[in-house]
Amino acid sequence: MHLAGGIVTGIGTIFLFLGGLGVFRLPDVYNRLQAGTKCTTLGAFLTIIGVGIMEPSWFWKTLLIGIFILLTNPISNHALGRASCKSGVPLCKKSVVNKSKDFCKGETK
Amino acid sequence: MNIFFLVFIGLGIILCLLRMIKGPTTPDRAVAVDTISTITTALLVFLGFIFKRYIYLDVSLVYAVLTFIGVIAIARYLEKGI
Repeated sequence: MHLAGGIVTGIGTIFLFLGGLGVFRLPDVYNRLQAGTKCTTLGAFLTIIGVGIMEPSWFWKTLLIGIFILLTNPISNHALGRASCKSGVPLCKKSVVNKSKDFCKGETK
Repeated sequence: MNIFFLVFIGLGIILCLLRMIKGPTTPDRAVAVDTISTITTALLVFLGFIFKRYIYLDVSLVYAVLTFIGVIAIARYLEKGI
């Protein structure tokens, strides 16, 4: 039981490190937002569930925290992406298509 | 084995801090702060496992709720002002 929890927690911490690396390295706000939300949601969920597996009497509370993060982290990051789109942050130069141009320009001012 | 996990989490937080110092626009810094706060929620649960303290789970749950409300407030302010 201890070994299984250690493996799950290790995978989660590796995903947390990859999320930080993506936030540091990617060229644009929207790319950084993608790396920051996906890797961090999966990494935090796996880390917390792994701690719950290693200590079996803590399992239900860690499951509660994990499900709360799984529900609220994409919502807050989506709000940040919508706000950065409406406040006029440009895309990076390698971008190919921008399908939300009308939405961003339409309600700015 | 716990040392390696703490090193990975610390490296993630340090990279996000560098982005928060360096970021050219305001939404960059907001994204970095949001990432740091989610990593910190996982770090609190893991510290509670290392120190064998059950109370850290409550701290982590309240921290997650306050982070969610704070990031929603920052996003609303960036969009059109509160």
